[in-house]
Amino acid sequence: MERETRTEENPGHGPTLPYTKTLLEHFVNPRNVGELSEEETDGFGLVGDPSCGDQMKLWISVSDERIEKIAFKSFGCPGAIATSSALTTLAEGRTLEEARRITDDDVIELLGGIPGHKRHCSLLGVRALQAALEDREQRLQQKATQP
Amino acid sequence: MIYLDHNATTPLHPQVLEAMVTCLQEHWGNPSSPHSLGNQARMVMQEARARIAESVGCEPSEVVFCSSGTEADNLALRGVARALRARGNHIVTTAIEHHAVLHTCDALQEEGFRVTRVPVDPQGVVDLKALNQSLTDQTILISVMHANNETGVLQPVEEIAEMAARREIPFHVDAVQTVGKLPFRLPDLRAGLVSLSAHKFYGPRGAAALIVREGTPLRPILTGGSHEHGQRAGTENLAGLVGLAKALELAVQDASEEGRRLTALRDDLEARLLSSIPEIRINGAQARRVPNTSNVTFPGVDGESIILGLDLAGICVSTGSACSTGEPEPSHVLREMGVSRRDAQGSIRLSLGRGTRQEDLDLTVKALTDTVARLRRITSV
Ligand SMILES: Cc1ncc(COP(=O)(O)O)c(C=O)c1O
Ligand code: FES
Repeated sequence: MERETRTEENPGHGPTLPYTKTLLEHFVNPRNVGELSEEETDGFGLVGDPSCGDQMKLWISVSDERIEKIAFKSFGCPGAIATSSALTTLAEGRTLEEARRITDDDVIELLGGIPGHKRHCSLLGVRALQAALEDREQRLQQKATQP
Repeated sequence: MIYLDHNATTPLHPQVLEAMVTCLQEHWGNPSSPHSLGNQARMVMQEARARIAESVGCEPSEVVFCSSGTEADNLALRGVARALRARGNHIVTTAIEHHAVLHTCDALQEEGFRVTRVPVDPQGVVDLKALNQSLTDQTILISVMHANNETGVLQPVEEIAEMAARREIPFHVDAVQTVGKLPFRLPDLRAGLVSLSAHKFYGPRGAAALIVREGTPLRPILTGGSHEHGQRAGTENLAGLVGLAKALELAVQDASEEGRRLTALRDDLEARLLSSIPEIRINGAQARRVPNTSNVTFPGVDGESIILGLDLAGICVSTGSACSTGEPEPSHVLREMGVSRRDAQGSIRLSLGRGTRQEDLDLTVKALTDTVARLRRITSV
């Protein structure tokens, strides 16, 4: 089977798929798929996009104020899967401060672009990470107030 | 490449292409011109019209050539609504029509018409009792599709024709998805108006017809010259008409045989999918369907992701209707059948056609099994 080659510069609009090679690679072979165990989990985020019904769950394990482990699961479109995977590679090993600053633009840049109508998909992972970071804060506060 | 999206469109039949090229090269005159070149084009047009009429069993004067199935549906709905405005303002259709009908009904509603969209049962068959009860003496049109484009489920158009005839209400059948898939004779259908579109049966895109049976009230929506018996103005796309005629002739010739072949292939495909992928459902499987269509729900995974997974394996399928691609809203047809939003989002349509062989389906079963298993490992629901 022959396919037109796509480059980062030519994301293949038109006759073939509207996605970059990097995006397709993350879709076919997503990084950090799975769940973290209860003990490992320091923060958990669950977000959905009500407009398209897509959903994402994300777990983080933190040590020394760094994201040591990250895992995700997603019910979603190719854009949601690929951007979530890309996001986990951006967040892995980062300090919490750095992780908080990751934006959808960073994710899209890593993937070499995304079709316009798929831009919103890249928010899913970013929002899930923010939710997990917030969840961690709350867990810490709860611990602190517990006798 | 394996193409399993024949309900979206079909490749041009080589004989159709040949007929069209001849027409474009040699019969390029304007059929309305008063000279020999025009005469020649007019003769070609008359012959094509006669062949269309013969293929489906109507009079040549009843064939109104249009630019698309969408236009044929628009002409039927708007044309009858305008012609019968004085008699009443009520239109009855179903909740699962193609957007060409549903969105036209929305527009007519804005113009002051009242529209009833009759629901369907879980198999996707229109509720006949509800349809019958919705009819009033204000009802001026019933419009029901013959086969649904997403599920292939056939609607009881014979019974509806009966109801319509009893009350002398014009009846429009959108047969865009049946022509070429089932033996198709207009007298059996007993509808006043029938839409067909060439690109669904190996003809060109942009060539379609509304059959308007003698005595059906209709006002044109495109006004201008006196083309198409005054029912649709505009210099004819003669090559398109010729392509439509040829494609239709070929389609009705082998509809029975090809239908049997596709039914066997489709049923085997479904049986194998059901046995290799857990928890899947075939939508409308208990209903009568056209032979080529299979609509499958894969709970827990997103349809767009399945489509891309298959595409990467060289297999082209789609979700519901081609026109909804890019729309986040999942299929209105499946939702009307009671499928949950999430399951509707996890559904794809496989539509077989002339080029489909057993080996293609073997590969498809394998690719689908792999893709769905992979996506289910990723899924969060
Ligand atoms: C049932 C039905 N009606 C109408 C149409 C519109 O036909 P066309 O694509 O020729 O405008 C389609 C095609 O998608 C269809 O499936
Ligand atoms: S369409 Fe919803 S995340 Fe992509």
